[in-house]
Amino acid sequence: MSEKINVMLTTENMEQLQMAAMVASVGAVSGNDVSVFLSMNALKYFVKENNHKAPVEGEMGNIMLEKKVPPFLELFEQAVELGDAKVYPCSMAMDMLEVKSEDLFDYVGEPMGLTKFLSDVNQGQVWSF
Amino acid sequence: MSERILVDAKNTFCPGPLMELISNMKMAEVGDELELLSTDEGSAADIPEWINKVGHEILESFTKEDVLHIVVKKIK
Repeated sequence: MSEKINVMLTTENMEQLQMAAMVASVGAVSGNDVSVFLSMNALKYFVKENNHKAPVEGEMGNIMLEKKVPPFLELFEQAVELGDAKVYPCSMAMDMLEVKSEDLFDYVGEPMGLTKFLSDVNQGQVWSF
Repeated sequence: MSERILVDAKNTFCPGPLMELISNMKMAEVGDELELLSTDEGSAADIPEWINKVGHEILESFTKEDVLHIVVKKIK
């Protein structure tokens, strides 16, 4: 059964970014309708020019880096390309960082406000990282 | 004429093998067979779950020299 899965991503920590990317990618390729909302400290990783190395929180993060798990950015891209997930940058966070749509990776959609995201979330699952 | 596509996902971790299978699946034709190789133990349970959910057909699944082989036929 297809579900609406909404992921709100605000963290800057590697483990949480990784878990969110797994939920989004596996959810999307399994036929669910996945939307990801990027805000707060998570948005900077989706700016092309930025450093994309996220700080680890604990032991698991270090083990994951050593074992070379698929990087979270690659998983978000696959969620979009293979599973038709939608990734929306928060318009407020874009204003704060002073970035434009063209500064973000191409698979990231048009900016969205919180009001619209909250109304779209209606009746779906919400996962927050 | 259908063919068997080898997807070598050894030494990648969850959800790497699943993603590699799916990206190859997208490019394959209906009726093609794909043989996935994985060394990730979590994938042994997860990948059949995905195949069944999405509606493809598992033809064969076995472990040889610590490598899991899953042969799947693209149905749609």
